[in-house]
Amino acid sequence: MVISDETRSQIDEAISKYPKKRGALLPAIHLVQADHGHVSKECAVELAEIFEIRPIEVMEVVTFYNMFFDSPQAKHHVYVCTNLPCSLRGSRGLLSQLESHLGVTAPGETPDGRIFLGHEECLGACGYAPMMRVDDEYHEDLDVEKAKQILDSLGK
Amino acid sequence: MLESPYVTQYLTEHFAEADYPTLEGYERFGGYAAARKALTEMTPDDVIEVVKTAGLQGRGGAGFPAGMKWSFMPKEDDRPKYLICNADESEPGSFKDRIMLERGAHQMLEGILIAAWATGATATFIYIRGEYAFPATQVERAVAEAYAKGYLGDNIMGTGFHHDVRVTRGAGAYICGEETGLLESLEGKKGQPRKKPPFPAQYGAFGMPTTVNNVETFSHVPHIIAKGANWFRGFGTEKSPGTTIFGVSGHVVRPGLYELPLGTPLSEIVFEHAGGVPGGRKVKGVIPGGMSMPILPAGQLDVPMANEFLREQKTMLGTGGVMVMDETTCMVRAASVISYFFRDESCGQCTQCREGTGWMNKIVDRIERGAGEEEDIDVLGDVAGKMEAKTICAFADAAAWPIQGLLRHFRDDFVEHVRQRKCPFPGSFEL
Ligand SMILES: Cc1cc2nc3c(=O)[nH]c(=O)nc-3n(C[C@H](O)[C@H](O)[C@H](O)COP(=O)(O)O)c2cc1C
Ligand code: SF4
Ligand code: FES
Repeated sequence: MVISDETRSQIDEAISKYPKKRGALLPAIHLVQADHGHVSKECAVELAEIFEIRPIEVMEVVTFYNMFFDSPQAKHHVYVCTNLPCSLRGSRGLLSQLESHLGVTAPGETPDGRIFLGHEECLGACGYAPMMRVDDEYHEDLDVEKAKQILDSLGK
Repeated sequence: MLESPYVTQYLTEHFAEADYPTLEGYERFGGYAAARKALTEMTPDDVIEVVKTAGLQGRGGAGFPAGMKWSFMPKEDDRPKYLICNADESEPGSFKDRIMLERGAHQMLEGILIAAWATGATATFIYIRGEYAFPATQVERAVAEAYAKGYLGDNIMGTGFHHDVRVTRGAGAYICGEETGLLESLEGKKGQPRKKPPFPAQYGAFGMPTTVNNVETFSHVPHIIAKGANWFRGFGTEKSPGTTIFGVSGHVVRPGLYELPLGTPLSEIVFEHAGGVPGGRKVKGVIPGGMSMPILPAGQLDVPMANEFLREQKTMLGTGGVMVMDETTCMVRAASVISYFFRDESCGQCTQCREGTGWMNKIVDRIERGAGEEEDIDVLGDVAGKMEAKTICAFADAAAWPIQGLLRHFRDDFVEHVRQRKCPFPGSFEL
């Protein structure tokens, strides 16, 4: 079993909160991904068993949503918002500065697998632009120096 | 946590108080008294009547009257009924629901509880966009506190009424904000919108009668119940009562949130509240209600921000996300960013939408690069025109409107790109 007993019991608890079992599929994928960083084939097979659906149905859901991954990921995910309000306040310039700082082309990750750098659509922070999302955290009202410091402080 | 809005009214009045997000803090300012009043002194029909009389319109983008929507929920039906709180907020330019979740979760929950009483709903699913990790923790805490205090669960406030609230996190897909895309996602599927009819009130979440409302819509409800429909109508216009939270972004001195009555002139929001464009530059255009809504040129900013006036200018209030663009802005670049977004987020079920969003983006980018012909501009207008009102959901219209708006008011920008065979606004934001 690749899904741990603890995660399994959290999934069961989630299932008990929905009128139909499958309602807990997104919560379950969030839980599995928090443990494994992505949803591997093995995880998908086990999730499929739990939810009594086919593994391909699990993968269809995984690939539909931007926040779910079907392959191993870098340690940290950094997304600069490049939608219109952020672009008007220099987010694209910020992104290209961060690209050179890390030596990557977005979307892409550093060779050591420490950071994935990408762009994202509006994150609900348009009044505090430019901004970036680092894993689960928002960093707003950024300038290039501040953003570089945040990236440098991210561990391996 | 987001700063409290610059201008506050009843919705955000206490948002600066550090303990307001907690149950104790919320009750310190009279929280849950309206729910107690509804559950103990009012029938469900009384509640619906007050909300109808108040004229509360949905704040999620379409502006549908909330009381009327609640009355669509079948009465003689013993299936479980559900409410959905739409906290998917991903319309570009919108960031008001986020603060309502972060600082006003109990206010929203109280509105949910009152709506549950009015519609006979047994459970509410709060669907929060996946990226809102911190706001979700605030809502989860508030829900746990409400259960512990007996405001959710069995025998609420000793009335025998039962209601459950579940918090579901999305996973990054704009289309899950559309109410039936949301329902699919909630059921653990790809968030592809459903054909209507059947409407959610007949066949919604998990096949049960369902009402979907926006975070802010629910948040107005406790105030209406506590202070009455007439009090509510004291804010805003005759046809669009109440306040809303405008999110101002782009080229202004003070971007941020402003709670103001509906009907506030757009110019007042941009110039007085948000301080106008920095550096003495001029405004070129303003998108008044989130990226799906057509832009207004500088000459039309006196319009009151309420649908009955905005419609006359061929645009709408949407989510109240006000995006300001100054005179250095290239409107073809803006069209490029906008059309890229819609191409990227189309769920692909309808041919017109899937193909149309792709075509629009391609043509706009060709013009922006200086490789477009004058006839491309007409083709762009044609493609946009063919996308309206022929699809499963309103996403295709939402993709077409902003492009049509830009062509209507800033056609010259497109023409200049073709004539000069390059972008004539080198100082505009990078692409
Ligand atoms: C493409 C699309 C995206 C939408 N996104 C949202 C959203 O993020 N949040 C929201 O409340 N409503 C959104 N809506 C509107 C919902 O479908 C629905 O009308 C709304 O949640 C109803 O609540 P209200 O009546 O309280 O406004 C969207 C609609 C469309 C067509
Ligand atoms: S209009 Fe677009 S987003 Fe809506 S269902 Fe059709 S393809 Fe999907
Ligand atoms: S446009 Fe960047 S957060 Fe909204």
